[in-house]
Amino acid sequence: MENELLQHGLNISRRKFLSRLSIGLGSVALGSLLVPDLFSGAAEEEAGFMPGIPHFAPKAKRVIYLFQNGAPSQLETFDYKPVLNKMMGQDLPESIRNGQRLTGMTSGQKSFPLVGSYYKFNQHGESGTWVSEIFPHMSKIVDDLCIIRSMHTEAINHDPALTFFQTGAQQGNRPSMGSWVSYGLGTENKNLPAFCVLLSRGKGNGQGVYSKLWSNGFLDSIHQGVQFSSGENPILYLQDPAGMDRAARRKMLDKVAELNDIQLKHFGDPEIAAKIQQYEMAYRMQTAVPEIMDVSNESDDIVKLYGSECLVPGTFAANCLLARKLSENGVRFIQLYHQGWDQHGNLPNEMRGQAKDVDQPSAALITDLKQRGLLDETLVIWGGEFGRTNYCQGKFAEDNYGRDHHPRCFTIWMAGGGIKPGMVYGETDEFGYNIVKNPVHVNDFHATILNQLGFDHERLTYRFQGRRYRLTDVAGHVVRDILT
Amino acid sequence: MRKIYIILLLCLLCAAAIFTTRYFFRSASGAAASGKISYNFQVRPILSDKCFNCHGPDANKREAGLRLDIEAEAYKALKENPQAHAIVPGDPEKSEVFLRISSTDSSQRMPPPSSNLPPLTEAEIAIIKKWIEQGGKYEKHWAFVPPVKSPAPEVEHTDWPANEIDFFVLQKMEQHGLAPNEEADKERLLRRISLDLTGLPPTPEEIDAFVKNTAPDAYEKKIDELLSRSAYGERMAIPWLDVARYADSHGYQDDNYRTQWPWRDWVIHAFNENMPYDKFVTWQLAGDLLPDATKEQLLATGFNRNHKITEEGGVIDEEYRVEYVVDRTNTLGTAFLGMTIECAKCHDHKYDPVSQKDFFQLSAFFNSIKEVGLESTVGGPETFAKNPRMDITKEDLEGVLNFMNKTDTHNLQVSIMKDMDTVRKTYILSRGNYDQHAEEVTAGTPAAIMSYPDSLPKNRLGLSKWLFHPQNPLTARVYVNRVWQEIFGRGIVKSSGDFGMQGELPSNPELLDWLAVDFRENGWNIKRLVKQICMSATYRQSSVISPEKLKADPENIYLSYSPRIRMNAEMVRDLVLSSSGLLRPIIGGPSVKPYQPPGLWELATSGRGLLANYRQDHGDKLYRRGMYTFIKRTVPPPSMMIFDASNRDLCEVKRSRTNTPLQALIMMNDPTVLESSIALADLLVAGKQQTNASITSAFMRIINRRPDQQELDILLQYWKEQDDYFKAHPETVEDVVTEVGEYKLKSPPSADLAAMTRTIQVIYNMDEAITKT
Repeated sequence: MENELLQHGLNISRRKFLSRLSIGLGSVALGSLLVPDLFSGAAEEEAGFMPGIPHFAPKAKRVIYLFQNGAPSQLETFDYKPVLNKMMGQDLPESIRNGQRLTGMTSGQKSFPLVGSYYKFNQHGESGTWVSEIFPHMSKIVDDLCIIRSMHTEAINHDPALTFFQTGAQQGNRPSMGSWVSYGLGTENKNLPAFCVLLSRGKGNGQGVYSKLWSNGFLDSIHQGVQFSSGENPILYLQDPAGMDRAARRKMLDKVAELNDIQLKHFGDPEIAAKIQQYEMAYRMQTAVPEIMDVSNESDDIVKLYGSECLVPGTFAANCLLARKLSENGVRFIQLYHQGWDQHGNLPNEMRGQAKDVDQPSAALITDLKQRGLLDETLVIWGGEFGRTNYCQGKFAEDNYGRDHHPRCFTIWMAGGGIKPGMVYGETDEFGYNIVKNPVHVNDFHATILNQLGFDHERLTYRFQGRRYRLTDVAGHVVRDILT
Repeated sequence: MRKIYIILLLCLLCAAAIFTTRYFFRSASGAAASGKISYNFQVRPILSDKCFNCHGPDANKREAGLRLDIEAEAYKALKENPQAHAIVPGDPEKSEVFLRISSTDSSQRMPPPSSNLPPLTEAEIAIIKKWIEQGGKYEKHWAFVPPVKSPAPEVEHTDWPANEIDFFVLQKMEQHGLAPNEEADKERLLRRISLDLTGLPPTPEEIDAFVKNTAPDAYEKKIDELLSRSAYGERMAIPWLDVARYADSHGYQDDNYRTQWPWRDWVIHAFNENMPYDKFVTWQLAGDLLPDATKEQLLATGFNRNHKITEEGGVIDEEYRVEYVVDRTNTLGTAFLGMTIECAKCHDHKYDPVSQKDFFQLSAFFNSIKEVGLESTVGGPETFAKNPRMDITKEDLEGVLNFMNKTDTHNLQVSIMKDMDTVRKTYILSRGNYDQHAEEVTAGTPAAIMSYPDSLPKNRLGLSKWLFHPQNPLTARVYVNRVWQEIFGRGIVKSSGDFGMQGELPSNPELLDWLAVDFRENGWNIKRLVKQICMSATYRQSSVISPEKLKADPENIYLSYSPRIRMNAEMVRDLVLSSSGLLRPIIGGPSVKPYQPPGLWELATSGRGLLANYRQDHGDKLYRRGMYTFIKRTVPPPSMMIFDASNRDLCEVKRSRTNTPLQALIMMNDPTVLESSIALADLLVAGKQQTNASITSAFMRIINRRPDQQELDILLQYWKEQDDYFKAHPETVEDVVTEVGEYKLKSPPSADLAAMTRTIQVIYNMDEAITKT
């Protein structure tokens, strides 16, 4: 609590903090012990809130976002449309398409043959939720999920759609959602970054990801997503060079600190004190991060739960397990990206393998968080950047077809963090083309996530170039129906 | 438990103290509400921040039909209550503005809670009240009034100023009870000018020569010499590459290779030739429209083809074509006008007099380019530059483009500007959507800044003339401010990308205007401007911060000491390579791929194109200056990004400057730093000097001054400990000195070499190593 209170008061630059209180530089050490990130970067002079203090009591303390990059088809996963199977091969009625824009890939097509799911659907759980056979593990946890079938977005191509989901704008250098959360909530663990990013790739057709997706934009770079990778250097440049053990590193940093201290006394610049603190945090991270990355202590039950792939660094399964560990250790926002969901063709053959890689670990993460009593305070999100068309792209065959981009409706799920479990929200028409009930726009989605973290999305602002920016720009409504 | 309470209490007290001080500071900076109130400097910032959102220029969002940004409108009878007036000059008690902002009734008070804006502070209310009492007069926004050179002000310490700049700076210091610092010592001063003018540190020989040279014009001579080096052009180009969003890939999802580097070589060349700023910009905006345009002039127009270009199959062509036009329009606003005109793409600007129509009129200048949204998807060399483009031939390389560093014989194309034969119609796009055409417009500029003279052609060449018209209030101010920002770390207008009403006010308006007019009157001479700043006594001060100054002016707004500034990303790399002797000072050419942690490109790629995998270069290419490091937009070089470099997505005029643990990790473990430590240790050990001489030499190469005794003692002691260790553990020596990069040792691995390597790493990790002091 004292941490939060101090944070409350320290939303001004270090330099001002030190000078206005006229405290001696000796007190710097005390301050940094009390507030781990007092020295982490200059905060903006005037924020629309007090960093570290939410606007109201949060339901979720942390977020794990399992982004399915490339846009998985809703029609083969969670949005069951038997009509499409009945009308297989018939043209999409113009009354349904209604002149909606198409991507350049299908706008030249002469016909738009409807195509039903190649995979079978069944009802699962007490909620009786329809899920496709390609997700046998997720089927078992539907009663923990809130499945939103009425997501929609404005962008029709990957880059802008992905950027929109992550930053609230299709173009430009806006801060990522995780950066906003880091800015709003600060860090829970002084040895780890507040916003971590994990990448993996499946077998399906992939679309790239870009570091701007986890960029801090105009926020301080301390809020930038830190990419964790598999291998010796989980965080860039974390690993000491050959021949440098902990004791040798400690000795070296002590000398650096001694020399910096001479400069601090000479110049009186508080930035030097900050620099000394940053070296200390770097040193602590060097121990803390490898500890987190080490999965050798996980029990056999856990390995079984996530699947043996979780022991192979860089897989989606390994990243799900790592996400749990990071979250357990207080990382605020863990962003996974899993590539390979862009099935413009060859969908029936490609999607099953793609699904297999993510099904078990996604379900395992929910089960694992739940058994640790962490699901209530951790919001887990699963979904892509838009949906897929109900008609076939390219050559049509019942067992070999493709689907183009479709921003007008798609499905995601959320779990934990104060979201109603065992619920299906929103509805699309029988063709799976338009939303007929409870649409959820990307801005609404953002507003809802911030709400669960204790923020009024209209008040979590940052002033840059004369304007107060927010994640939801000028729109967004909290989807209250899905909250517990 | 009790301890916690005490700490808690302390915290609360601290917090309270901060808020009180902060509040006091703010009202004090507003000169309280005493004396003559300045509309521009005291009133408008309040109105703009708290009122214009709903009562400002944006007609669509205007509440109650009231606008407060125009005098006549604010004086008018209120639409909803004709007996009342928002502002009654001389009578605050009859002015609704005052009554509503000071009301204690929350249903009456402005701004309303629904706006999410904080209420006005007591001090702000007092300013508004006093201003209305004094007649409630409006003034044109300061930045829209053409700058005028005022005479150098009177100061008390007349012996301090070295040139005009100092009179303006000293006056502000004296007004705030501050006195300048003494001049920095010669070693630090030499390092400062070397970094500022060339981006590279001085060599030990240069330091010795400069320290020994007691001639009165030694400093000026050194500045002239540094300005004449080709490293100057490289140094000046870096912020310009940010402005021009220069990169080596197309951006967007596949992010394949592009060959725009010849344009970058031209920028370096232009700075080195000291091309006047008006010519420099005109060539870039409209080189193709100049009579008998040369290939050099065409190459310069690459400036506006540096934006991202999609190669994503299936995009809607027009959507992206419009996106490129919008990018150029926004860039014009940020780069040359210091205006956030992008806000007016979707709606009238909420704070500045730039309407949506103004935005699209400006965009019309860039709307007739012979281009498409999606020209090609990921492919071979024919996709590396998009149309319109030009070929660079062997004759060009021997002739007009002889500054280019092209050593191979491959065909080379570069994207340039070229208009279509007919003018493409431009429309206002409703809500900024590419397919929602509203009213048709023709090329023009916002009248509030400066109307477009009828005498000028309505094309990019005319637009350039408009920018450099003596009555244009922004162009000169914006550029001199950015040069100032580059040198002092903070612009005279802190928000260097926003000179509009929501931007920061200039900390020294007379100085800004004097510099702007002087720059224009002297032929837009950039080297002259840079030299003028470096010759000032203001610049030459030491950067010692006394506790009193830290308290009185913590942000150093009044420049009573020289700022200590962490070097930019490129300079950090250059310092490391240069001090170790590894730097290959080759100018220009294709960008290079030095060491980078493995897997970054591979993990983020779509798998298509030349850049799906990072193929690290070898040899000389590992040791080029930071500005030549390959920038793949979607995965920019991490060691640069961690030091706040631009990702070159959009025009950027100001980098942030942070201090994070990831930066510490780079200095500790980046192979470039490690390899440089080994190379420098090798060099010094081979020199067979005494250890303390070697350490002094390393220190001089990196920190660019002699270590004092205390520093030397610390380093010597550390060296001794390490040397003892490695002597006792000879098996660990190889690990330390041979495991990094491609560097080949000249002397055999030894305890001495390993100990020296470690000692040099300590020096590289000193704060001062990467700080301009």
